[in-house]
Amino acid sequence: MIDLAGFGEQLLLGAAVTVQLALAALMVGLVLGLAGAVARLSGVRAARALAATYTTVVRGLPELLVVLIIYFGSSRLLTAIGESLGHDGFVELSPFAAGVVALGLTFGAYATEIFRGAILAIPKGQIEAAHAFGMGRVLTFRRIVLPQLWRIALPGLGNLFLVLLKDTSLVSVIGLEELMRKAQIATGFTREPFTFYLAAATLYLLMTIVAMAVLHRAERAAGRGLPQVRGR
Amino acid sequence: MNVDVVIANMPKLLQGAVLTLELVALSLVVGGLLALPLALMRVSGRWWLRWPAYAYVFVFRGTPLLVQIFLVYYGLGQFEAVRASVLWPILREPYWCAIIAFALNTGAYTAEILRGAIQAVPVGEVEAAKAFGMSRALSLRRIILPRAFRIALPAYGNEVILMLKGSALASTITLLDLTGMARTIIARTYMPVEIFLAAGLVYLAITFVFVQLFRLLERRLGRHVVGAR
Repeated sequence: MIDLAGFGEQLLLGAAVTVQLALAALMVGLVLGLAGAVARLSGVRAARALAATYTTVVRGLPELLVVLIIYFGSSRLLTAIGESLGHDGFVELSPFAAGVVALGLTFGAYATEIFRGAILAIPKGQIEAAHAFGMGRVLTFRRIVLPQLWRIALPGLGNLFLVLLKDTSLVSVIGLEELMRKAQIATGFTREPFTFYLAAATLYLLMTIVAMAVLHRAERAAGRGLPQVRGR
Repeated sequence: MNVDVVIANMPKLLQGAVLTLELVALSLVVGGLLALPLALMRVSGRWWLRWPAYAYVFVFRGTPLLVQIFLVYYGLGQFEAVRASVLWPILREPYWCAIIAFALNTGAYTAEILRGAIQAVPVGEVEAAKAFGMSRALSLRRIILPRAFRIALPAYGNEVILMLKGSALASTITLLDLTGMARTIIARTYMPVEIFLAAGLVYLAITFVFVQLFRLLERRLGRHVVGAR
């Protein structure tokens, strides 16, 4: 067994921060993705253009750069807002909050495309039937589209979450003490980089395995009403 | 917003972009060379070939690229044996470490893409090749692989874009790629927002060119397919 020189607990604490960061960014990303998909399919041209620009730009930028831009850009923006409100002095987002925003934005950009595909995959007849029953657009979306969206989008969203989980390591660059940063700190004390980065890699792998197992169960649960999906 | 700073530093950013492209190109070549045998191992009928390839792909896809690059650059130096070896002049250089880490990483992803493509080749074509008396190796070379490469192309285009974005991590091991150069300029000018946004625009431009190139390539390779245009 590898000797972690008493830093094992620190690594686990870091892993807990990693999980919190991933889940918080997931929530932000799901909301952004759903809003983005609705905007992309809406009849309003400005909303369509805005959503298309959002996904194209964010998906074309390195995640590391998004993290850096949000971290430094938000402090500039918040300080300016603070000054206009008569508060002078530097205001900034915490690395955790900046990480949630940056990773949420990235997740949301990819999720927009997945949700859009899922909405389009719902048979048109069902929508027409809902309209024929006298349901309005909002009610149709809530009762017919949304419940099925989950099942169709789940495999794609699952892959995105696995990517998100690994991207949390990038937030170590702006100083958040998640798993990667904890490993760096331990390395600084012990001068054993290989040991600690390998330990971190193992923990990431374990988190990935757990996430995959949860996603597999979620997919089974979401598809339980469908005969062709059962017994997989 | 201070546009003058951006204009004054544009040559440096473009210099960084050249290093970014270099890293991406070399990593893709080495990664591609790794991916082909890995993909063939993954579809092999022998478990002792299939299993190691699966483990390799799983580990490299299941851990962050940042950890992989740190393991290669900082990690390997921990061992006296590595530092004493003939490879040390290479493993000491952040440039080669970045390429090694990127190549191992993209190799794993590309292997998975290729595996999927090989399995997507219609069974009838493989059977026809067999019926013509082609050996496994010959049918692989003449029928299966050429077919699989075209099937894999759209997914591979995505992987190239992901590699481009991943290459920004080279900046964490002191390399002056596009992101690294931006961070250096910021340390001097203290204009993070302007410079990072300018670097982002350069990334977007490169992404755009890649997407167009792959679109052309797909159209060219699919020109015999009815309705592909």
